[in-house]
Amino acid sequence: MKKEIRFWNGSIAVSEGAIVAGCRFFAGYPITPASDIAEYMALRLPQEDGIFIQMEDEIASIAALLGASWGGAKVMTSTSGPGFSLMQENVGLAAVTETPLVIAEVQRAGPSTGMPTLVGQGDVMQSRWGSHGDYETIVISPSSPQESFDLVIRAFNLAELYRVPVIFLMDECIAHMSERVVIPPKEEIEVVERIKPNVSPEKYMPFQPVNDIAPMATAGMGYRVHVTGLTHNEKGYPMTTSPEVQEWMVRHICDKIRKNEHKIRDIEEYRMEDAEIAIVAFGIVGRSAKAAVKMARRHRIKAGLIRLKTIWPFPESYFESMADSIKKFIVAEINYGQIKLEVERAVHGKASVELLPKFGGAVHQPMEIYQKIKEVKNGN
Amino acid sequence: MKTEIRFAGYGGQGIILMGNIAAKAAVLYDGKNAVYTPSYGPEARGGAASSNVIIADEEIDYPYVTSIDVLVAMSQLGYENNAPILKDNGLLIIDSDLVRLKNGAGKVAKIQATRIAEQLGKRIVANIVMLGFFTAVTEVISYGSMKKAVLESVPAKYKELNEKALEMGYKEGMKWQE
Amino acid sequence: MEIEARANPMDKYLRADRIPHIWCSGCGLGIVLNAFLHAIEELNIDLDKLAVVSGIGCTGRIAGYINTDSYHTTHGRAIPFATGLKLANPEMKVVVISGDGDLFAIGGNHFIHAARRNIDITVIGVNNYNYGMTGGQLGPTTPLGARTTTSPYGNIEHPFNLCHVAHAAGAVYVARWTVLHAIRLKNSIKEALNKRGFSFIEVIAACPTTYGRRNKMPDALDEMRFYREHSVIKHGIDPSQANIEIGKEIVVGKFVDIEKPTFNEAVEELKKKVKKK
Repeated sequence: MKKEIRFWNGSIAVSEGAIVAGCRFFAGYPITPASDIAEYMALRLPQEDGIFIQMEDEIASIAALLGASWGGAKVMTSTSGPGFSLMQENVGLAAVTETPLVIAEVQRAGPSTGMPTLVGQGDVMQSRWGSHGDYETIVISPSSPQESFDLVIRAFNLAELYRVPVIFLMDECIAHMSERVVIPPKEEIEVVERIKPNVSPEKYMPFQPVNDIAPMATAGMGYRVHVTGLTHNEKGYPMTTSPEVQEWMVRHICDKIRKNEHKIRDIEEYRMEDAEIAIVAFGIVGRSAKAAVKMARRHRIKAGLIRLKTIWPFPESYFESMADSIKKFIVAEINYGQIKLEVERAVHGKASVELLPKFGGAVHQPMEIYQKIKEVKNGN
Repeated sequence: MKTEIRFAGYGGQGIILMGNIAAKAAVLYDGKNAVYTPSYGPEARGGAASSNVIIADEEIDYPYVTSIDVLVAMSQLGYENNAPILKDNGLLIIDSDLVRLKNGAGKVAKIQATRIAEQLGKRIVANIVMLGFFTAVTEVISYGSMKKAVLESVPAKYKELNEKALEMGYKEGMKWQE
Repeated sequence: MEIEARANPMDKYLRADRIPHIWCSGCGLGIVLNAFLHAIEELNIDLDKLAVVSGIGCTGRIAGYINTDSYHTTHGRAIPFATGLKLANPEMKVVVISGDGDLFAIGGNHFIHAARRNIDITVIGVNNYNYGMTGGQLGPTTPLGARTTTSPYGNIEHPFNLCHVAHAAGAVYVARWTVLHAIRLKNSIKEALNKRGFSFIEVIAACPTTYGRRNKMPDALDEMRFYREHSVIKHGIDPSQANIEIGKEIVVGKFVDIEKPTFNEAVEELKKKVKKK
């Protein structure tokens, strides 16, 4: 097999990537600007022996994903802010029942109905804290159609490996822009399958972790698992009056992600080797920021870019150690300060952190970021 | 070397497809870096439509057009809205039956693309006539690559018609070159 | 005197280590569970290939007691969960057992759309006229005039006729029984489990603790007596003629039994048509 070259937008790239990763079930509900993904999956999945179903709303869509995942399939839906809000209760169910699934979230400007056709990046916190209670998700953000393809495969792999809902946090710009996508030969693409139990049903404890993760017995394998959103023990049985079981369960669903943060971490550094000012960005803004860093470098300003490809779990220790040498961070994001709060928290006051917001409907132009770099540099 | 191109017209003219085909030709067949971004509003025909292509030898970071090297205008509004960000030495390409120029236009290449398409029997291929013209006039994308991208992007039963349309436009462009 | 502890023959269908159950004495859910277990025994269904899905509420706990793959989902979402499960794993027989509030208030939209699509699942809706687990509030099936904790002056809303809803939305099998009709209920569950497509059984069940005692039937036996005196079997009747009103007859029976292609079948056909060579 040789590598292939395609000219795809982010929506097609994420769909094709999902299929390569093994996704064979998609349930979704139309919403701008994410509908292109559902439309493309409706076209492609039946050709690949997969199932596409358009549900009656986003709540039904994610509930169907949970059912299909427990039916043994790799599953994905696509949505945008308002639909993602509707899904949140079942994001919690997926977290607590440790159900692998992927949500491709194409961000538009919010809150509420906001600007349906235009870009936003305001769902950073929603993708981490949207459901009630303590839990963790993994959130990945691509900056190009190429990364939409590559990273959604990683999203599936992490969902299956850690038994966790993974939010693939795209934005309107990335979903709609078309570029070259290089598809590596199949044998060079790593695809992870979920771990199945290898003990007898009598000995099997469906929520007992083995090396952080419990092997997953899906429907029809003969393990007769009980799965509930109630606080449950290793056996999966409800234990709704035991603070000890609650503590064990919450620690487990959080710690399996927290303690593996360094393995999940994925950051692009550009010109950081001698940087004095670091721009932090993700998604479409990562591209503007890179252009701004190039401008700054042409003017002999030592600026660099930290582009987050994985947003959650947040790479706290990374920023903490970066703050030993970088004293000035600028966070450029299309919201009123979400990643900025995290960077600020992570650097423990060792560096200044400034926000360069956009409020939705427009992307930072490189010149705006460059101006901010100059301003911060001259601010000493 | 970086070229920023905007195709502008109204919904229903195939403006979005023009950008897509041009960028696809550059990436898949000319082996260049290119990015295509549509700009679109709620589903509607008749409203303003534009699509954008940046073609470059180097890596393209910021994917949006900020100052235009080549403006292809297929409506009066498309011309008027975008002319202010056309570079001083930029090239304006118009369908001269659809766009009336104001004073002070710089370098202009004119074609009656829609009229040629009508002569071919299908007004809908005006965008492909224009793409042929664009190819000859700008020389940013090779004719062979553009032809491949066009044929790949149109329904099988219209391949011949579109090939003809592209060729007609291209010939007009060659005349302009002379 | 020594009492010999013997295994109940139905134990194999239960997660015996989870008994006793949480239901009140006099609750109709035990009868529903019993009828369901006898139905799967008589049909000799492979427990490894049976999945039970439920939502939230007293009925929602049924899934946790049955010794199969069982899924206790979020409030109202049992049917879309079951839809995904059945589509991804068509070998499984998928049954949703949940209550009237779960299936028809918060989950009402999912019910009508699953029926419309003819998803190949069986839905057993236990109707006790109120939200039992949360303390007896008004529900979508509470009869006009009935007293609940959120209709202290008597219910002023018109209730759903669940069988009419199911029929109108496209279910291929629709029946209603009360928990008094244990054998007929069991037989109906067997029919529904064998039916291709979206089958629905409404079971009217006693809830003495939170519904009966506010509505002049404080004892489970009062409710059972009422069912005996007021139930009328009318097979094949148009479900629109089977409304439930306080003090009036309860029409029970099998109302609908028709054939039409299921969503699963349609999907398989589509796949064959478009599959890449």
